[in-house]
Amino acid sequence: MSEKLYLYPVWLRLWHAFNALLILSLIASGLIIQNANVDSMLLRFDLSISIHNVSGVLLSVNYLFFILGNVITGNIRFYILEWKGLMGRLIQQSNYYMKGMFNGEQTPFPVNKDRKFNPLQKVSYIVAMYVFVPLVIITGLALIFPETILPRVVGFSGIQLTAMLHATAGFLISIFLMVHVYICTTGKPISKNFKSIVTGWHE
Amino acid sequence: MTKHKWMLWGMLFAICTPFALIASDETREAPLRFEENKHCFQCHSQKFYTYENEVTGKTDRKAMNPNFVYSPEAFYEGVHRNFACTDCHSPDYETFPHQAELRFEEMYQCLDCHGGDPTYAKYNFEVVEEEFHKSVHSTRHSEDFNCWMCHNPHSYKRMTAGDHSISEIVKYHNQTCMGCHADSYNFQRISDDVKPSLQNIHSFLPNFELHFSSVRCIECHTSKLDTLWVKHNILPKEEAVRNCVECHSTNTLLMGSLYKYQNLASRKERGFLNSVILNEAYVIGANTNKFMNLGSYIIFGLTLLGIIIHTIFRLKK
Ligand code: HEC
Ligand code: HEC
Ligand code: HEC
Ligand code: HEC
Ligand code: HEC
Ligand code: HEC
Ligand code: HEC
Ligand code: HEM
Repeated sequence: MSEKLYLYPVWLRLWHAFNALLILSLIASGLIIQNANVDSMLLRFDLSISIHNVSGVLLSVNYLFFILGNVITGNIRFYILEWKGLMGRLIQQSNYYMKGMFNGEQTPFPVNKDRKFNPLQKVSYIVAMYVFVPLVIITGLALIFPETILPRVVGFSGIQLTAMLHATAGFLISIFLMVHVYICTTGKPISKNFKSIVTGWHE
Repeated sequence: MTKHKWMLWGMLFAICTPFALIASDETREAPLRFEENKHCFQCHSQKFYTYENEVTGKTDRKAMNPNFVYSPEAFYEGVHRNFACTDCHSPDYETFPHQAELRFEEMYQCLDCHGGDPTYAKYNFEVVEEEFHKSVHSTRHSEDFNCWMCHNPHSYKRMTAGDHSISEIVKYHNQTCMGCHADSYNFQRISDDVKPSLQNIHSFLPNFELHFSSVRCIECHTSKLDTLWVKHNILPKEEAVRNCVECHSTNTLLMGSLYKYQNLASRKERGFLNSVILNEAYVIGANTNKFMNLGSYIIFGLTLLGIIIHTIFRLKK
């Protein structure tokens, strides 16, 4: 199983690098804005707003690039779920993470040219990339153009609801990011997956 | 019906009565001097007016000076709705053509009627006047700029009297200022200066439209130390609020000004300080919801804990 696979083409690596940088910038500026106060600011409020807006728009463009790239190059095939027996496979993979791994067992779903992600990875990438990220983009763009938002939704301010949804989606992406980066350290050696996303080659 | 049911009905009635009273406040009785004023409004609410020409014996039809045209609806919604025109203007206006000297008539000021009157103590007329005299409007234009400039004698109404949302209040108050600052005709009645548009002046604010429809001009243009709900001391522009976090933070200045009246009102009703902000507008930085914050700390903590435990197991192996 030591064959070398070219799994992350250049466009995907570029997308991923920009995506990671932008998301980090968005999380940082988002936290500053949300916890603004008069006495101590890490960064001026209006600057943080500008950074957040610019990063958000770039992230949206980058996201389009991701979708297009996936469809055109066929990378999307790694994201297609086989529903049958999914639950069993998820449990199998969880068991590996919770027990097998510590006993030196082999991963139940080794990477090959038709299977880039294990079932847990796949589900979490689908949820992150096709639910959370679109949600954060749509609500974020709506907040930049507040005139597009319904002024009142069942007695609440439409902007208020949109902003809450936006913050929640952003928060979930942050949680995804933590887990994602941590799970990537489970390669052997620890740096293996990180090397892959830089060089493109899975070893 | 059982005794319990009667008690429930009684309670329901007791709870609803105050609301019914508040609601009935809106449908107030007919204005006292409605009939008398019809005569003046016959001409002063129309673009064109007619009168019998005693010399030619014909009926003349003429165009009315548009500045002398007032809406009766607005007049009868205003605070002085029970007034006859001739309470403030000379009764000699009953005759037409109006006598030329009437033009020199001196108008009452608010304090002529409201000064020292305990009925109006809650409006703090004396304090307001003092504040107004400190404002740029008064200091730079002395007598020509008086209370009537903003308190249109023929339509001024109190926004706190009705059940108005914050955005309606903001709109009404800002229109008062924009009446001059976004309308060069009115502005030049007082000053020959030509000013850049409000949008240009405030280009430092993103979402100009949204800001101007959700905060009042006076939030930024008056002193924070002033405790009145409608602050009257407009400061020179150098002292205006420019720092975003004055509003965009949990201790937002809006709590002590714009949201103050509604907060007091809603605290009485619901005992929930943040209720207004929560429902009316989303002020980034100010709307941190306690429960959402707590929830996110917990989830974040648990994730971190999970990662740490997992790492320990990996290391032990
Ligand atoms: C027949 C039409 C007519 C009626 C009725 C009428 N007005 Fe006038 N009024 C005018 C016209 C025209 C002007 C402007 C020319 C002028 O000053 O004569 C005017 C001007 C005025 C002015 C401004 C004077 C100035 O130049 O500063 C006042 C104040 C005024 N009217 C009050 C009243 C009041 C109060 C009543 C009712 C008691 C009334 N008018 C009834 C036609 C009318
Ligand atoms: C509460 C007092 C008050 C009442 C009631 C009142 N006015 Fe006036 N009116 C004023 C004052 C004060 C002015 C001067 C406003 C100014 O200086 O801008 C004025 C000005 C006017 C003018 C001339 C506007 C100008 O620019 O010179 C007219 C016309 C007029 N009023 C008509 C009426 C009519 C008609 C009514 C009744 C429907 C009425 N007013 C009721 C206080 C009043
Ligand atoms: C000619 C005398 C007079 C003048 C001038 C006058 N008012 Fe009044 N005002 C009254 C009277 C009388 C009432 C009560 C009216 C009623 O109860 O229907 C009143 C009512 C009010 C109210 C509502 C009070 C309430 O509890 O409903 C406010 C606010 C007010 N005036 C503000 C002003 C302001 C501001 C000015 C100056 C721009 C002004 N008034 C000028 C006589 C006057
Ligand atoms: C630059 C504009 C401006 C000027 C000048 C001005 N006011 Fe006001 N004032 C307002 C506005 C706007 C309101 C809010 C009306 C509302 O929604 O009830 C107000 C409200 C008030 C109130 C009612 C406050 C309350 O608690 O409901 C009083 C009393 C008052 N003004 C008195 C005065 C007096 C007296 C003067 C002159 C010495 C004056 N104002 C001059 C704009 C002005
Ligand atoms: C009747 C017309 C009129 C109304 C209404 C009015 N203003 Fe003004 N305002 C002026 C004029 C005229 C000046 C110019 C003063 C000067 O000569 O520099 C001015 C100046 C200002 C300035 C600039 C001060 C500076 O340092 O240059 C501010 C800020 C201001 N107004 C705010 C307000 C606000 C807020 C309101 C509403 C509550 C308001 N104005 C209502 C006429 C008006
Ligand atoms: C977010 C705070 C804020 C709000 C809301 C706001 N202003 Fe200002 N305004 C400022 C600041 C800060 C300046 C000084 C700008 C400068 O000097 O570059 C200013 C300047 C001005 C000036 C002086 C222009 C000049 O150069 O002579 C006027 C007039 C003015 N504002 C009117 C208004 C009016 C009317 C409204 C409401 C419709 C309003 N402002 C709302 C913050 C605000
Ligand atoms: C006087 C108070 C005040 C000041 C000062 C202020 N804001 Fe705001 N801002 C508000 C309020 C209130 C809202 C909420 C509007 C709503 O939801 O109706 C808002 C909304 C916003 C929004 C959200 C727009 C959206 O799409 O939802 C942004 C971005 C913003 N402000 C940025 C700034 C920046 C940058 C500054 C400083 C240059 C600033 N604000 C200064 C009161 C203020
Ligand atoms: C500093 C931040 C990040 C690091 C270090 C990192 C690291 C990695 C690594 C090592 C891989 C390759 C392993 C694998 O295929 O599973 C990978 C893939 C991936 N990452 Fe990240 N990541 C980061 C941020 C993000 C963010 C913010 C997102 C999305 C919101 C994301 C989404 C993805 C996706 C979808 C893949 C699979 C791409 C594909 O092959 O189609 N990553 N990442």
